[in-house]
Amino acid sequence: MTSVATIDTDLSTETLIALLTSMLRIRMFEERIVALYPEQEMKCPVHLCIGQEAIASGVCANLEVKDYVFSNHRGHGHAIAKGADFRPLMAEFYGKKTGCSAGKGGSMHIIDLPRGVFGTSAIVGGGIPMGVGAALASSLKRDGRVTIIFFGDGASEEGVFYESFNFAALKKLPVVFVCENNLYATNSPQTARHSTCRIADSAAVFGSHGACIDGNDAVSVYWSAKKAVEKARAGQGPSLIEALTYRWKGHVGPEADHEKGLRPKDELFEWIKRCPIEGFKKQLLDTGLLNEERIADITTSIKVEIDDAIEFAKMSQYPSPEDLLKNVYFTPDGGI
Amino acid sequence: MPWTKIYGNKADFEKAGGAGAGLRGLTYREALHEAASQLLESDQNVFVMGEGVDDGGGVFGSTLNLHKRFGSDRVMDTPLAENALTGIAIGAAASGMRPILVHMRIDFMPLTMDQIINHAAKWSYMFGGAVSVPLTIRSIIGRGWGSAAQHSQSLQSLFANIPGLKVVMPSTPYDAKGLLRASVYDGNPVMFIEHRWLYEHMGHVPIEPYTVPIGKSITRRNGKDVTIAAVSQMVFEAMQAAELLAADGIDCEVIDLRTIRPLDSDAVIESVTKTGALIVADTGWASCGIGAELAARLVERAHGALKAPLKRINFADCPTPASPALEKAYYPDRHTIAAAVRETFELKRSNG
Ligand SMILES: Cc1ncc(C[n+]2csc(CCOP(=O)(O)OP(=O)(O)O)c2C)c(N)n1
Ligand SMILES: [Mg+2]
Repeated sequence: MTSVATIDTDLSTETLIALLTSMLRIRMFEERIVALYPEQEMKCPVHLCIGQEAIASGVCANLEVKDYVFSNHRGHGHAIAKGADFRPLMAEFYGKKTGCSAGKGGSMHIIDLPRGVFGTSAIVGGGIPMGVGAALASSLKRDGRVTIIFFGDGASEEGVFYESFNFAALKKLPVVFVCENNLYATNSPQTARHSTCRIADSAAVFGSHGACIDGNDAVSVYWSAKKAVEKARAGQGPSLIEALTYRWKGHVGPEADHEKGLRPKDELFEWIKRCPIEGFKKQLLDTGLLNEERIADITTSIKVEIDDAIEFAKMSQYPSPEDLLKNVYFTPDGGI
Repeated sequence: MPWTKIYGNKADFEKAGGAGAGLRGLTYREALHEAASQLLESDQNVFVMGEGVDDGGGVFGSTLNLHKRFGSDRVMDTPLAENALTGIAIGAAASGMRPILVHMRIDFMPLTMDQIINHAAKWSYMFGGAVSVPLTIRSIIGRGWGSAAQHSQSLQSLFANIPGLKVVMPSTPYDAKGLLRASVYDGNPVMFIEHRWLYEHMGHVPIEPYTVPIGKSITRRNGKDVTIAAVSQMVFEAMQAAELLAADGIDCEVIDLRTIRPLDSDAVIESVTKTGALIVADTGWASCGIGAELAARLVERAHGALKAPLKRINFADCPTPASPALEKAYYPDRHTIAAAVRETFELKRSNG
């Protein structure tokens, strides 16, 4: 596994900059959550993906707006990489009526249908069959969509993953399974849970393509996902991408695990050296594709966008008690 | 209305005048088949999936040969993976399809609880109404013939506990056809629970598509002495009991609840306000069940209405046994209901 991204001359400068921008959007958005969380105004659990940004960004760079993403409790990055607006996301974390889920979901349940973010399940593995179902609908309707399902190494232990993969392979559905193997499920290391640590090999059992890749290298994620997305769109069935990575923060909340004595500090520091953003940025600078000024422009505009989203979220109204019983059932007019 | 009548089988149906002018008789099984067939024909978004929907049995005949007409894409056999298949149906529904997922036995549905309770029931609410899940899940309750503990449960109350789900239990061919269509177009996850013993029941069923409203009960028999609220196959038993009792001069009102969630308790309360007595005949267990819910609502809204204690007719409080001797003790029937009504009627009378 390489620790620093390798700049690929086959990729356009535009794509490389888009990858960097996407990762920075996720990182800066989540760092702001870290900064603001102690105010206790965001009254919901947050599962941060700092350190894992290359996977969401590299995969989603291959998608069209109409394509779908299904995700899990650690879903901010997936939504952002798929193009979700900051305002409704942030407002949701603040429990406001203007949130993407009208204050009913919180950080674990985010959605942006126009951008193809199809909702996130906080039941481990729970979103996997739904993503396959969306792909089944695409295949029945022949609408040319591809569905991406993001899930963790922990979710790969759930029976529903195998049931779903088998069905997707059987029906050759346009879906890509992206397992973000951050080596832990809550505090439990993969070695304590898996008889072998090769999740990607599961694909072969179903006659499908599986690849284990460096999930901190946005470029290798990009190429691997590109191949899988093209296969899916061409009607050649699902692929399983296992992207190795590491989460820098705790399972939930803004602190790092070593601050709570949960995981070794050294381990984190080793992975910080493999930061998906820093190495990539350095190479872009070294090759002259970007300069510091341009990067500053990018980060400034992201900062402005985040500031705006925070202000929007803080200024927004809470839902009213009358909203409590709304949306239990779907009605065409959104009533009770 | 001819189609609100209940006939146990073809012979009873014929005896009562049969199809008659301009009316057609269908079995419950045929009504389900016709509903699915008409839905598949008129709406490309509808598809049927489930274990064995395209095999020679065709889910007790209710999906027989539909795949030949509509293709195996739209009438789809599935792997034995109930939980994933439920999630797959939910995902397809959320992205614009109207799937009908079929389980031969409701006993297989505990494997799907995560997807039904944590996902189907939540997807609209949890995202502030941004998405809906127009999913119909058909399942069948078995009874008798030594089917035992894992092939004869009646799990409707588990689902009825969950906000976000709807639960319907058609008792007649007319309702089977109309409620299936209503479920498919409801826009929400609907647990459509059938009873295997109703499959050969006959009734009048219009040929053209129609819906029966979800959430509305129907009074199958008007009476002044005792109200019997029943569901599914117990509606038939209750009607038979009412006949027996009529001979003794006890006049029963029989309400077929038809939907368990939302539960049409208003109709029951109104009836009890008139009769002063309530028997609830359920196909399942008593604890936290339909009878418990109706009793609670009655006490909440009209606590003075009862002139005799309420009674519940249910399975015995144990798993289903296999031996016919034990089955007899386990399953309630028309005689159980009739005995309960007599007792209630006497108490009501002695209470003035
Ligand atoms: C079915 C289920 N079991 C347990 C949990 C509690 N839980 C929440 S996240 C999590 C760990 C998931 O690990 P993984 O899939 O690797 O994702 P990660 O958090 O590492 O991104 C657990 C056990 C849950 N939400 N759902
Ligand atoms: Mg993990």
